[in-house]
Amino acid sequence: MPRVVVHVMPKREILDPQGKAIHQALPRLGVTSVTDVRQGKRFELMVEGELTEARLAEIDDLAEKLLSNPVIEDYSVSVVDSVETSGTP
Amino acid sequence: MKVGVVTFPGSLDDVDARRAVRVAGGEPVALWHGDHSLAAVDAVVLPGGFSYGDYLRCGAIARFAPVMQEVVSAAAGGLPVLGICNGFQILCEAHLLPGALIRNDHRKFVCRDQRLRIENNRTSWTSSYDEGAEITVPLKNGEGGFVADTATVDRLEGEGRVVARYLDVNPNGSLRDIAGITNEHGNVVGLMPHPEHAVEELCGSGTDGLGFFTSVLQAVVSA
Repeated sequence: MPRVVVHVMPKREILDPQGKAIHQALPRLGVTSVTDVRQGKRFELMVEGELTEARLAEIDDLAEKLLSNPVIEDYSVSVVDSVETSGTP
Repeated sequence: MKVGVVTFPGSLDDVDARRAVRVAGGEPVALWHGDHSLAAVDAVVLPGGFSYGDYLRCGAIARFAPVMQEVVSAAAGGLPVLGICNGFQILCEAHLLPGALIRNDHRKFVCRDQRLRIENNRTSWTSSYDEGAEITVPLKNGEGGFVADTATVDRLEGEGRVVARYLDVNPNGSLRDIAGITNEHGNVVGLMPHPEHAVEELCGSGTDGLGFFTSVLQAVVSA
């Protein structure tokens, strides 16, 4: 069964308070070389049947409408162990 | 005068919103997220809370609830819709309002009596206030930072669509202290603070919030 991965990241210009909190914790672990942390999301979608262009387009649409909010986030769609396709940016 | 209040799984302030409608002199109608009809109400309130557990993004799943399909099409036809807190987030996710609400910049949940200035009293939900009126209502949110690209915020400002602005402190990092906005026609309003919690002296938060609910009753009468 093909697996499609959707990554969603906050846009560069949007403040990411979670990433900031994580970044501020790094010195407690003795890590000082990391200059920035941004936190995103990873979705794994199991798709029944063959991954046709139409099904991929459907998933791209899903990524844009539901899995991400284009006002604040960018997304990318990739098929695990197969061809890769991406949405915005 | 019927004002529907939608309850989603995880809504918190639906009962207070219905009570506010009653105190203002209207007839509250409970609507359910799975409803396929708005039961002929004259206006709709999307209340605060954590619809669908705030999973994915605040309001992201609620946007696709059956009742929201009805709300979106009715709003396009001019139905007054007020989204409070989580309701504001749902309106943005549904593209009835521009922008988005993100986690507070200071990363803490905020709960305080918040002073606001009513900057646009020409909407369906703010006509009871004088323009520039300063009011105090409770504010409580974890993800109340209003953001949009600069062009969008400039357009909102230029068209007078900032309905309310925070005074004294910016409690959540909202761009330009924006607490509430409206759509082009003034029938859809999103507001992060909670006017429904300030409608009776008994509750200790004053009655400054009542105007949102008396406004819509007037708007419906004159429509």
